[in-house]
Amino acid sequence: MVGAACAYYAAQAGLTVTVIDRGPVAGGTTGTGEGNLLVSDKEPGPELELALLSVQLWHELAASLPSAIEYEAKGGLVVASSDDGLRALRGFAARQGEVGVTAHEVPADGLGELEPHLSPGLPGGIHYPQDAQVQPALAAAHLLKAAASQGRNQPRSRSRPRLRLRLGEEVTGLLTGADGAVRGVRTATGEVRAPYVVNAAGTWGGDLAKLAGVELPVLPRRGFVLVTEPLPRVVRRKVYAADYVADVASGSAALQTSAVVEGTAAGPVLIGSSRERVGFDRSLSTEVLRRLALGATALFPVLAGVRVMRTYTGFRPYLPDHLPAIGPDPRLPGLLHACGHEGAGVGLAPATGLAIARCLTGGEPPVDIAPFAPARFGPEPLGPGPRAA
Amino acid sequence: MPSSASEPPASQPYDLAVIGAGPAGLAGAVTAAGLGLSVALLDASEHVGGQFYRHPAATLGAVRPEALHHDWAAFAGLRRGLEASGVSHLAGHHVWSVTGQDGDWAVHAVTGSDGGQERPVRVRARALLLATGASERQLPFPGWTLPGVVGAGGAQAMLKSGLVLPGRRVVVAGSGPLLLAVAGSLAAAGARVPAVVEASGYLRYARHPRVLATNPYKLVEAVVHGGALLRHRVRPLPRSAVVAAHGTDRVEAVTVARLDRDWRPVPGSRRRIACDALAVGHGLAPQIDLATALGCATRRTVDATAALVLGDGQETTVSGVWSAGETGGVGGSRLAIVEGELAALAIASRLDGQTELPQSRRAVRLRRGRDRMRAFADAMAAAHAPAPGWTQWLPDDTDVCRCEEVTAGRVREAVTDLGAGDARTVKLLTRAGMGWCQGRMCGAAVACLAARGGGPVPPPAERRPFAVPVTLGALAGLDADAAPGNPTDD
Repeated sequence: MVGAACAYYAAQAGLTVTVIDRGPVAGGTTGTGEGNLLVSDKEPGPELELALLSVQLWHELAASLPSAIEYEAKGGLVVASSDDGLRALRGFAARQGEVGVTAHEVPADGLGELEPHLSPGLPGGIHYPQDAQVQPALAAAHLLKAAASQGRNQPRSRSRPRLRLRLGEEVTGLLTGADGAVRGVRTATGEVRAPYVVNAAGTWGGDLAKLAGVELPVLPRRGFVLVTEPLPRVVRRKVYAADYVADVASGSAALQTSAVVEGTAAGPVLIGSSRERVGFDRSLSTEVLRRLALGATALFPVLAGVRVMRTYTGFRPYLPDHLPAIGPDPRLPGLLHACGHEGAGVGLAPATGLAIARCLTGGEPPVDIAPFAPARFGPEPLGPGPRAA
Repeated sequence: MPSSASEPPASQPYDLAVIGAGPAGLAGAVTAAGLGLSVALLDASEHVGGQFYRHPAATLGAVRPEALHHDWAAFAGLRRGLEASGVSHLAGHHVWSVTGQDGDWAVHAVTGSDGGQERPVRVRARALLLATGASERQLPFPGWTLPGVVGAGGAQAMLKSGLVLPGRRVVVAGSGPLLLAVAGSLAAAGARVPAVVEASGYLRYARHPRVLATNPYKLVEAVVHGGALLRHRVRPLPRSAVVAAHGTDRVEAVTVARLDRDWRPVPGSRRRIACDALAVGHGLAPQIDLATALGCATRRTVDATAALVLGDGQETTVSGVWSAGETGGVGGSRLAIVEGELAALAIASRLDGQTELPQSRRAVRLRRGRDRMRAFADAMAAAHAPAPGWTQWLPDDTDVCRCEEVTAGRVREAVTDLGAGDARTVKLLTRAGMGWCQGRMCGAAVACLAARGGGPVPPPAERRPFAVPVTLGALAGLDADAAPGNPTDD
């Protein structure tokens, strides 16, 4: 998703772009996520700033991309399980409000109006109307398609498409010139020459950085999503328990689950969320399933009789400080990073893509990207440097 | 009728859990129990026999259920063997997942889902035998969703278990050796079968004379089917396909076209055949969801399905998991029985601490039989493999995925416009295969369309953790502390 957004905004800025992926479109974490575009779960800081811009950009993209991307500005509802929890939520929302997040407190007797099937007896919650959702795989595919048609009406680009897709092609090394700057990439089937290379390899961004001879400690954080049979709109918004925010920000390796329940345009209800650091292990964890099911049925008792059709696993790309890496890498001129967005890659993609496009064209990034500096985990180049072309 | 003779003491795992009570699973369970193992046999159905040995419920009062079966004697023997064994037969158990590792498996099932309250059940075992069989492969065509269009295997199952005919005038179509058997059964049960429409030519069997000669019982079967068909004046139409079914509320007629070598309809060869039912199927595809969820490796069969990679003793590539029957490549009930027996011998030997495969005369004989029948199955599969031209009878407005109502046009658009080059990406971009059947019905067709006419490809062997849908209530009720696969800190 992030790569598609980088390609989109770069092509829009007039650059010629080649997108290389060892798999298909949306074959990595994008294809295993729910497509959340959230501001509600982020505390004030650089990530929230990025999210606020992204929410606005997604709104604009939704107007120009086909409706097939299933953009839905459905809003989020965070519910507390205790009065103490509600007080904490209220304070959190107030701080978010100071930086531009719209948040409305919902009293206990107002929850039913927003979500009629919510378990009775909850003390209240916060409604975040800016939260939205897209179908991530379709959004990525349509962004790439739109990028390919950018500038098609201009005479200069008629002979040379602005965007080339090279799918199923793995990058095996970086090309550098005599001055040590990037000159392109080598793939299994040939070389692609370009003055800039953007690392948007998501959870595998650390591997690509290693090919370039730089260190970027992206680690996988596993998550499961349960998908129910298609239902009429039982769950209208994205509804989650207040402990979700704490889990997202936690650095623990141990299994954490917090209930996140949302309906989709296509009918199925999606149930998350789990976080655990177990490497790239795809095997099913029945303990995760049990906890997710417990959490979801506690929020929405009506779901107990609903069948789960499937579950999928994804690996969020996370960096130790839970912030992405965005921008040029001072250790290798010509290399830029746009990865490590953890569970928010789809949501943060447009702002990231726009920032990268601005970096590539010498413009001013739309938000301050200094906190996302790729070299913040270690300024020295590690290991053997890239081979000269 | 769970019996207790070989049931392990409470809290002890079984030696062996067998999933699927068809020919392979029955043979495996009975053999293993005979070798002294404690065995649990789980199956979604209330009856043993699987899809092959379907038989009417006793209340239907069928006097001679065996009339619809060849090889009934083998089944009767296995059923007697099961009754005499100490196998715990867990009928009506829908297995949705297996977790764990070599020596310590947990089989997760739900029971009571056919009526009462769904309840999760967990069966622990030291070894696993997956005998989950096969399901029918469908290649769509306009009208394939009309009432009266049924699976060929489904038609036979209806007949075997309910003594019900899908119609009075039934066209049988598709590809594969099953079609002749289905036509014979339908005709014998009183249906008129105006045509058996087979996309391949039967002459291709002749390319494998040695294999045929070493499998004489298959020749006998062919003669029996052929004789039955002649007797009922059933007309075989080789190298042809039903390219459309017509009707408003129900199928009233089908259009049949001749096919060229690549299964492209030959222009000007279309004609209509009146009927009130169509039984259609393009062979069987191994049902291997549980195995692939465990990470078992698969191979592409000659007729473009995905089957499990199995060792000489029927073990999968995941240590401690064995498989027998159609899961290793479709080959029929006799092969399934031999493989089930062989797997049981290998499992007993492993649990006994042996690392080598058993070399007893029985094991050697079974292996020889298996190899011979596998060769025959491959020859049959090669003869009936779909050719890429079939997609030409599939117009853009025909639904490929009937659960999510995704048309062939939308699948093609995902491939040409959105860069989807494989079935999984097509699914992500179109929802084809995301509905109730989870792609079991449309997987083969979607995989072919995604391959852009580059010949039939097997649908991806997905790691689909839910072999059957499970309620959230049942999942929430899973046993917490004992749940295996419990993630650990790193």
